[in-house]
Amino acid sequence: MIRRFNMFNLTSLTFGLAFLYLPLLLVVIYSFNDSRLVTVWGGFSTKWYGIVLNNDAYLEAAWITLRIAFVSATLATVLGTLSAVVMVRAGSFPGRTLFSGMIFAPLVMPEVVTGLSLLLLFVAIGLDRGFWTITIAHATFSMCYASVVVSSRLASFDRSLEDAALDLGCTPLSAFRQVTLPVIAPAVISAWLLSFTLSLDDLVIATFTSGPGSTTLPMKLYSSVRLGVSPEINALSTMLIGIVTAGVIAASLVNRRQERRQQQDHRAATAAA
Amino acid sequence: MRTSRKFLILTPYLWLGLFFLVPFLIVIKIALSDSVTASPPYAPTFSLDEGLAGLRASFAQLDFENFLWLAEDGIYLKAYLNSVKVAAIATLLTLMIGYPVAYAMAKAPRDWRKTLLLLVILPFWTSFLIRIYAWIGILKNEGFLNLALMKLGIIDQPLAIMHTELAVYVGIVYSYLPFMILPLYASLERIDGRLLEAAEDLGCGALAAFRQITLPLSLPGVVAGCFLVFIPAIGEFVIPDLLGGSGTLMIGKTLWLEFFSNRDWGVAAAVAIVLLTILIVPIVLFQRHQQKHQEELG
Repeated sequence: MIRRFNMFNLTSLTFGLAFLYLPLLLVVIYSFNDSRLVTVWGGFSTKWYGIVLNNDAYLEAAWITLRIAFVSATLATVLGTLSAVVMVRAGSFPGRTLFSGMIFAPLVMPEVVTGLSLLLLFVAIGLDRGFWTITIAHATFSMCYASVVVSSRLASFDRSLEDAALDLGCTPLSAFRQVTLPVIAPAVISAWLLSFTLSLDDLVIATFTSGPGSTTLPMKLYSSVRLGVSPEINALSTMLIGIVTAGVIAASLVNRRQERRQQQDHRAATAAA
Repeated sequence: MRTSRKFLILTPYLWLGLFFLVPFLIVIKIALSDSVTASPPYAPTFSLDEGLAGLRASFAQLDFENFLWLAEDGIYLKAYLNSVKVAAIATLLTLMIGYPVAYAMAKAPRDWRKTLLLLVILPFWTSFLIRIYAWIGILKNEGFLNLALMKLGIIDQPLAIMHTELAVYVGIVYSYLPFMILPLYASLERIDGRLLEAAEDLGCGALAAFRQITLPLSLPGVVAGCFLVFIPAIGEFVIPDLLGGSGTLMIGKTLWLEFFSNRDWGVAAAVAIVLLTILIVPIVLFQRHQQKHQEELG
């Protein structure tokens, strides 16, 4: 087993990670630039953060985006978990092929097509566009991702546990709630987080399905970015990068601790036996 | 069938039917309709006001005019071909950059791997728009890249990279790199190290061992990674719009402009249908590949 990096591998890792991080690092560094000129360093300053935080349009957009992400991620997780149970457990039923097609297709559908088709639906049924249309659109494509995440966990789950609960007189619903759900809980949480991030990040589908008064943060960012690079956008981006980084690192630490505890439990159990 | 089971199946089924299948059928219908100056800007609209005869008359109005228009105006064909070309070249570039990184990750000491994996995934969680925005600051004429190269005396005129196809390649490679690295890493990490030791014992050089053992065994990862980059890159809108220039024709951008600028819903819907038809081949191949690969593993 190789214990150390060799030169070639170290070089490719360094270049690869530099390529991934340097662009973001530049944005972060230049968000603290005093100068309005974005590529000329004019001293350290945090004034752009103050300007962003006092910009009501950004704050309002951020608030709408968070609300949409929260509601759509919750809807997507419930629907995605149900679909995963259907795909893994329900056996055959009429229209199963169509169902699995409908779960798979949104994953590979170009965003412009998803956005266009949902907009045309909302126009056809006369639904006013705004908060709810964006939420429905996000829930629909996120539920497919959520379903994939939960399915893989559900497929590796030992079914005999559930059968045992049923033998001991549990109803199917309470067996699911008391046995299956705790086991697949990490996957359900990952599915929610993934759906939440997908919704936060979406520009194309939101633009198609939004209406007056429901401008999301990516839409606001996009219209500013089109006008060029500015220190305000650098500051706003840095805040978003910071929040996401903290979230992902926290999630992975929790995950690692859970794994370690599971290993300890396992060791204790084998030692006892 | 028990009621709870029925309910379980019907809830996600109806949701997807209403918000995925029905919208898709509406796109087909509007692609076959004519554009009019009205709200909604297409005709005919189906309604049961005039009874079944009216409905039948509406159906008779549908035709392939929008598709003929796509075929006649060379710009759409050019946009389709260019999207496929850009996506293919960008996929190849992503593979060339992603492979050495994934290889190094798989060869890294075991307790390093999780951290490296996290480091590769982390940028993928930050907003897509911000990642593209970061490159505008680097690539534009007075951007970081040109400043650095001029300071070093390598060039004395700024390179015009921004608003060219080259900038679009950079954007796609950068945004989709994790999609390439993850499946590559998964297949490289699974390779049994004893195979390489055996090859070495039998007098095989490192390069030959790579070519004859590592590369063939990592092929499933290569194929999966390429599909994961190629399929979304074809319909990409944000990257060609922000980094590419007016000369960079890509079909996702064409659809967007047709809808938001020209307000021609019929043509936009027809563009969407043709885009999906182009995507069917790679998508079906991808699904087959994944299925075969799953069976081999399990």
